[in-house]
Amino acid sequence: MSSSTEWPLWEVFVRSRRGLSHTHAGSLHAPDAEMALRNARDLYTRRSEGVSIWVVPSAQVTASSPDEKDSFFEPAGDKPYRHPTFYEIPEGVKHL
Amino acid sequence: MTAALALGDDALVLSHRLGEWAGHAPVLEEEVALANIALDLLGQARVLLSLVGDEDELAYLREERAFRNVQLVEQPNGDFAHTIARQLYFSTYQRLLYEQLAAGESAFAGLAAKAVKEVAYHQDHAEHWTLRLGDGTDESHDRMQLAVDALWRFTGELFEPVEGVEVDWQSLRSGWLESVSAVLERATLTLPTGPQAGAWTAGAGRQGIHTEPFGRMIAEMQHLHRSHPGASW
Amino acid sequence: MAAVTADQTAQAGADRPEGADEALEAVFDAAVAADERIEPRDWMPDAYRASLVRQMAQHAHSEIIGMQPEANWITRAPSLRRKAILMAKVQDEAGHGLYLYSAAETLGTGREELLDKLHAGRQRYSSIFNYPTLTWADVGAIGWLVDGAAITNQVPLCRCSYGPYARAMVRICKEESFHQRQGYELLLALSRGTPAQHDMAQDAVNRWWWPSLMMFGPPDDASAHSAQSMTWKIKRHSNDELRQRFVDICVPQAETLGLTLPDPDLRWNEERGQHDFGAIDWKEFQEVLKGNGPCNEQRLAQRRRAHEEGAWVRDAAVAYAEKHTAAPAQAAPAHAASRATAGNGEATA
Repeated sequence: MSSSTEWPLWEVFVRSRRGLSHTHAGSLHAPDAEMALRNARDLYTRRSEGVSIWVVPSAQVTASSPDEKDSFFEPAGDKPYRHPTFYEIPEGVKHL
Repeated sequence: MTAALALGDDALVLSHRLGEWAGHAPVLEEEVALANIALDLLGQARVLLSLVGDEDELAYLREERAFRNVQLVEQPNGDFAHTIARQLYFSTYQRLLYEQLAAGESAFAGLAAKAVKEVAYHQDHAEHWTLRLGDGTDESHDRMQLAVDALWRFTGELFEPVEGVEVDWQSLRSGWLESVSAVLERATLTLPTGPQAGAWTAGAGRQGIHTEPFGRMIAEMQHLHRSHPGASW
Repeated sequence: MAAVTADQTAQAGADRPEGADEALEAVFDAAVAADERIEPRDWMPDAYRASLVRQMAQHAHSEIIGMQPEANWITRAPSLRRKAILMAKVQDEAGHGLYLYSAAETLGTGREELLDKLHAGRQRYSSIFNYPTLTWADVGAIGWLVDGAAITNQVPLCRCSYGPYARAMVRICKEESFHQRQGYELLLALSRGTPAQHDMAQDAVNRWWWPSLMMFGPPDDASAHSAQSMTWKIKRHSNDELRQRFVDICVPQAETLGLTLPDPDLRWNEERGQHDFGAIDWKEFQEVLKGNGPCNEQRLAQRRRAHEEGAWVRDAAVAYAEKHTAAPAQAAPAHAASRATAGNGEATA
């Protein structure tokens, strides 16, 4: 209509407090990385929801395809020995 | 008293002007940003006015001549460039002022220490937009130059000493000029050269002399409150 | 997540041999039936996608058009406390619009495209915002009744089958919990205030009550999209169910307020265990929907004007980004760049 170019889309990741990892919060539009950070601060942390923000151009995200879901994730499903509950330890053994 | 009123009125009036943008901002992200700044300023105003008396009585029942804000903050929003130029001039001043106050031992030290963080963000916002408008398109450059020129004559008043505000006004002025000049230069804009104040001995905002648009602004702001004397809201 | 990914999905769908869609549809149906969430890159029926985009866009448009009637009172708010609350609320609405546009973008429809459709009158927003805010009490009535109705509608959407929409709604519902309360508190102060204030509050409730009931949409037997949306679990309760729930919630709240609801037929029905209420004027609803409400033109004109007058600002920011960064993402200043790089690393891990 009036504007020629739409601002690119950015994915926003917010660390809600120290000690936690950044979690995907949503996306927003911004002309560049600096403004994206500021817009993210205003939009996603205006109720003190965060202590640190990452912004990533949406176009730069490479995602696994749902079609590959089986080959990507199922092989991990039959390796229960990666989980601590796989192992039986005699009762009374501590610090394990 | 004078000091809290002056600083409180600055914040109150600028917050009101920014509130007028709601629903009119150039892009949705900026609706959120401008409202954040307006809310910070309104919070500051409420603390400052409460040092003097009842915040609502002061905001809603004073006559125009009793307001002590600088004329800069009452200037109408104009286009986005004018709003950003006003933000640049005022937030740079406010940050330097509050930095000094926060470092001092006056009654304002505690309040200033909190406010200076908010104001630093306001300045950052104004600088980023000054760069983008000044060094964006030809149209935005022209609009931004027009705006910094138009508001220049309201900047001299910022450095008139206010009774009870214990800061080094000389260094405030030089720090402000240095900071604003640097941003304008990076934004490919020209530092205005005209006078920084109008020629009228009656004084300016700090003496209760305001510009014409201010009367209409407070008429709107005070109308409802004044229509119901003594009512609680 | 990103618009790109949705495009890829669409393309993958197009390359598939005949008959494969049926298998995919079976997977989709099973996921919905099992109350699993559908995510952007999953296969979904075209009609499901279209229905979602329509609903999310309408919802997003409602948030940003909905800023106007309340913003109308920011500059006249009668106390500084009320002014701060109202500014924060209108700001939230802009934020909610942004969350919803970004949820819609996960299906490959850009915000600019949705805004263009809104501005051209080809997509709708909630009709309720075509009514004017005539007095300060309207701010309270909007908070109590309009936001109340919206919350009744929205809470079930937090369990909507489409993941990004459900997540946006969780965030919105959490943030909106103060919106209704501030409206109620505002009306309470007026109702218990001077006689003039009390009258102002009653007048506002009289004007907003019926339009609020219309917010739940046409009766179930006349609702065009309802049945399919229920099967897809985009919607979880029928229009009439939600409307009834809302009426039952409001009646005791009105009593506490000391205000009456403008419906002579409103009474408790012992047998049903619910309130009976009067007939809704659906002719008015249809007329407002068609564009003949008191503020349709004004609302859309303001939205268009803000967008058009802001074009030079948005263009300037793009021009600046092009001059100062090779690509929007790269060559950002040191601090931003290092954060963004770190982001890529851990986000994909």
